[in-house]
Amino acid sequence: MTDATTVLTGDGQPAGPGPRDSYLNHGKGVLSWLFTLDHKRIGIMYLAVILASFFLGGVFAMFIRTELLTPGQTIMTADTYNKMFTLHGAVMIFLFIIPGIPATLGNFVLPLMLGAKDVALPRLNLASFWLWLIGASVAVASIIIGAVDTGWTFYTPYSTTTGTAVVAMTLGAFILGFSSIFTGLNFIVTIHKMRPEGMTWFRMPLFLWGIYSTAIIQVLATPVLGITLLLLIAERTLGVGIFDPALGGDPVLYQHFFWFYSHPAVYIMILPAMAIMSEVISVFSGKHIFGYRFIAWSSIAIALLSFLVWGHHMFTSGQSSLTNMIFSALTFSVAIPSAVKVFNWLATMYKGSIRLAAPMLYALSFLFLFAIGGLTGLFLGSLSTDIHLHDTYFVVAHFHYVMFGGTVIAFLAGIHYWWPKIFGRMYSERWAQVSALLIFVGFNLTFFTQFVMGSHGMPRRYYNYLERFTAYHQASTVGSFILMIGFLIMAGYLLHSLVRGERAPANPWGGATLEWETASPPPYFNFEHEMQAGDPYDLDALSWDPSIKGYVRRDPSSVLAAPRGAD
Amino acid sequence: MGPDPDDGSFWMPPQVSTVARSVDWLFNFILAISVFFFILIVVVMVVFVIKYRRREGQQAQSSPSHNTALEITWTVIPVIIVIVIFFFGFKGYLDMATPPANAYEILVEGQKWKWSFNYPNGYVDENLHVPVDRPVRLVMSSADVIHSLYVPAFRIKQDVVPGRYTKVWFEATEPGEYDLFCAEYCGTSHSDMLAHVIVHPPGEFEIWLEKASNFLETMTPVDAGRKLFQVRGCQQCHSMDGSAKTGPTMLGVFGRTENMADGGTITVDENYIRESILEPNARVVAGFEPVMPTYQGRLKDAEILAIIEYLKAPAGASQEE
Repeated sequence: MTDATTVLTGDGQPAGPGPRDSYLNHGKGVLSWLFTLDHKRIGIMYLAVILASFFLGGVFAMFIRTELLTPGQTIMTADTYNKMFTLHGAVMIFLFIIPGIPATLGNFVLPLMLGAKDVALPRLNLASFWLWLIGASVAVASIIIGAVDTGWTFYTPYSTTTGTAVVAMTLGAFILGFSSIFTGLNFIVTIHKMRPEGMTWFRMPLFLWGIYSTAIIQVLATPVLGITLLLLIAERTLGVGIFDPALGGDPVLYQHFFWFYSHPAVYIMILPAMAIMSEVISVFSGKHIFGYRFIAWSSIAIALLSFLVWGHHMFTSGQSSLTNMIFSALTFSVAIPSAVKVFNWLATMYKGSIRLAAPMLYALSFLFLFAIGGLTGLFLGSLSTDIHLHDTYFVVAHFHYVMFGGTVIAFLAGIHYWWPKIFGRMYSERWAQVSALLIFVGFNLTFFTQFVMGSHGMPRRYYNYLERFTAYHQASTVGSFILMIGFLIMAGYLLHSLVRGERAPANPWGGATLEWETASPPPYFNFEHEMQAGDPYDLDALSWDPSIKGYVRRDPSSVLAAPRGAD
Repeated sequence: MGPDPDDGSFWMPPQVSTVARSVDWLFNFILAISVFFFILIVVVMVVFVIKYRRREGQQAQSSPSHNTALEITWTVIPVIIVIVIFFFGFKGYLDMATPPANAYEILVEGQKWKWSFNYPNGYVDENLHVPVDRPVRLVMSSADVIHSLYVPAFRIKQDVVPGRYTKVWFEATEPGEYDLFCAEYCGTSHSDMLAHVIVHPPGEFEIWLEKASNFLETMTPVDAGRKLFQVRGCQQCHSMDGSAKTGPTMLGVFGRTENMADGGTITVDENYIRESILEPNARVVAGFEPVMPTYQGRLKDAEILAIIEYLKAPAGASQEE
């Protein structure tokens, strides 16, 4: 909390000698991190805890896949397995992928892209981080007091009657929801109020459009989850009959409430991923993004349409044929903006100068995997085919192609893209290529087999399975081990780069958005001058400078705001 | 017997219901569209990566950064395609959701973790037996949590929800034995909540039903009791191997002296077993919760008697199976 009183010289640097000031060495000690209001440090702390959650969720996944090597018991009992897949889902969804990109890269990059010093509400930002910590602690504590065996969806009346720690887990998710709302609110205010001179709405980097659309969903949908989980807790602890028919409630009502949040939530997960794609594809193709306005509007369209499709999770629940028809039709509408984005990204590569550096390798992986994930959604949006595929491994595979092949892979693209900016270090390109390849191969082996067994009728959440599904399950498990090796290699070279990595220049890739105009890592105050924005995809304004192994702006004054008071 | 489960295509299990063909047709139609667009995307991507790969000191060529006509085209084409898919999906679904008027009705109950199928004459079986080439309508309810009845070979699935009836229908097209799964997660033994669908050749279903319904006359009381014990959900909570589950074990229960929850003791005899089936929570054995549902009106006198005979039989007879 002492940072604000540091004496500054005129150019934003602290007074006195010593190494160059950066947000990393500006203020020392654990407390200077835990109570920082600096968006960059909050982003880093989020990155640490969210990657730890990803690791935890990944460990659960490996237990699941190992158990499924053989029908019947392999390494654990049915009850343990049921807890494992619940924990895998709950940790990956609520702790990792929902906060994932906005809280880490969004927090770090968004104010920099605006040429701003911080988000609009830095204290709310810190509060959001602390709420995450509290919510995550409560959720993880549920493991110690017996864990949960309901699946991450907490369907009633199973969840109100099972003997496991449902209240702790849902309370954790409830608190995490507020963390998410605060982050979204902060970003909305920041984008509305803090854009620099020259940055009109349609000159915002597309990353900001994606984060903005995400924030709308976070703010509007998450309260519904909060209320639903509170009702669930009320039913369990007080016996109020809302969802349990034994108490006069309706179990299907729970599904409506739950998916009213949780379907928009998958767009909370995918929109920021698409936002990263728009940046990475343009920069590594050395070309202006193609069809800026279509991409920007498609993000808003997805955010709005996402609220109208929740009923497609309930085609077999017994809801009326009319309801099913309406939700099926609306579901297809949300496919269109996603398709538009893919075509625009491809067109961006046309006549480009394409560099296959690590971020681009992940972006290309994304195009491949997200295409499969999106297209398999057509089988599930269509009513008669969904009846057969619903609640089978086909859905599991579709979900993972979109969320893992889409969001996680784009997150990796973003991490590799902004890593030099965040830590001021380069990573090993060769090892990055190796791990990208292993993750791509391992992912497809793990999840493509699940499409096939799903359409053959293998239901999801099965501890035991019929003999004829064994080969698919074993291939899937082998894939998951390859995937794990890919991630371990990544952890290795990224950690190595923190210590031994080559120093990164301000602009290693040639991006034209404002975060590349400041040093890597950025100084505490982000920019030495007030910035103004031009076209965020005018990559021709930059040229390669071999002496610093980075890009420089041909006309540096073009992004500097006119000095105040000058005439 | 009918087609082997492995006889299906690369994607789908064998088609054994009247709707399976149209579902698979649509599946293949969407698959063709998907493969086309997937190949298009990947080929374009690979060609661009190779053709426009960065060369030393070379900038991107100039090309327009938007083209409204092109962008509208690639928005409108997917719109048309999804409208077509939606239409066929909805049309197929209406056929699946609308049972013919003359359908043969079977009542289904799901409970953790067992299906029971109740035929019009009152006979209850743990498997679903149906005649071939005749529409069958299932009226389903759940005794506890949500289950979902799923027969991949028929391409049908319907959640079974406590507190309401849900319905599904099908017409099997080929005699044989097929898998029936529970598709909605329901706890510990969810993945063992399986049953078989037995599709009988023409004329044989009625014969089977009559024979099966008369099991009290054709089987010894001990065998009939064992069958009832397995089919009617007793063994989900009462083991035959001495281990306590939700309820006490039935191994050697007859003549055993039990401590009661209210402090007294009871020697298990015919009357106590009968009472425990009809009024299960009147006198509960110490250490167990009063959670057993009543079988009043669900078991006939002769059936209760058969269960009593089965529980009276020596352990050897109980464990044989």
